[in-house]
Amino acid sequence: MAGAGQEDWWYDEAAGPLVRPYAMVRGRTRPVRSELHLVTQVRAMRNASDPDSLTVEHLEIMKLCQRPLSVAEVAAYLDLPLQVVKVLLSDLVQRGDVIVRDPSRVTEIPDRNLLQAVLDGVRGI
Amino acid sequence: MVSVESEQRGGELLVPTAVKIVIAGGFGTGKTTMVKSVSEIPPLQTEELLTEASVGVDDVVGVEGKDTTTVALDFGRITINPSIVLYLFGTPGQNRFWFMWDELAHGAIGAIVLVDTRRLDSSFPSIDFFERRNIPFIVAVNCFDGAHSYTVEEVRGALDVDAAIPVVLCDVRDRESSKAVLIDLIEHTMARLDAMA
Repeated sequence: MAGAGQEDWWYDEAAGPLVRPYAMVRGRTRPVRSELHLVTQVRAMRNASDPDSLTVEHLEIMKLCQRPLSVAEVAAYLDLPLQVVKVLLSDLVQRGDVIVRDPSRVTEIPDRNLLQAVLDGVRGI
Repeated sequence: MVSVESEQRGGELLVPTAVKIVIAGGFGTGKTTMVKSVSEIPPLQTEELLTEASVGVDDVVGVEGKDTTTVALDFGRITINPSIVLYLFGTPGQNRFWFMWDELAHGAIGAIVLVDTRRLDSSFPSIDFFERRNIPFIVAVNCFDGAHSYTVEEVRGALDVDAAIPVVLCDVRDRESSKAVLIDLIEHTMARLDAMA
């Protein structure tokens, strides 16, 4: 076959670290749920509904999110790209294994009461 | 979006409200140092994979021959109380990552534009970005050791920022000083909100 020489392979050594994360999410690059932003808070249910059907990465997220964390923190602690974590989290949200903060609360500009609470909090650290 | 079954399994699980502040400025102005001095955890880093589609093809100078690259975001966290968490995000320095700024700035309390008086021009793009989007911001002059010190008015004049935008001096290595800048920004955002009401 013309052009099928080794030099035409789309993957090479440089592609290694890119292929692996995407293999984890079976090539999916877009989360089903779009409300997952950098700071969206996620919290795992105490137990996964059907742990046997989850991947190691899903289970790691379940363990990590026993306390509430942001999407960005989950990505940082698991050392995975944000996009991959969003896909994995979206799986867990769909299964009801993870709950997220009502999306309307993370996208709007904070109101005055919230700002006052943040101000008091920062003064107190 | 949370099913009845999952409500039952979750019981009374509290999911906090998250707010964020963006720390912008040119390369080497002390963004990560500021995050570090006020964050309750060592600054974390997360990477976003970029494909050619997300970066203007003309903008990928320096990454020729690559279809994909990564952009690193440094951030820190301050737990305000059990129901509110504040995140501090440093903006990626390189201009080709402008599109990331939109997600960072979306819904933010506001932004701190850090300025190094030795390289004032490196803060112009950040100031333009927040001005154009009408996002609340303040200018914080990071007083580096050995840097010639200017008055707030001199810096304001050189940057040509609106009189309503606070310009403050700080030392980002100092926790109290960085805290004071955060407080100035939150107060500025609140004052803007009151003015609109």
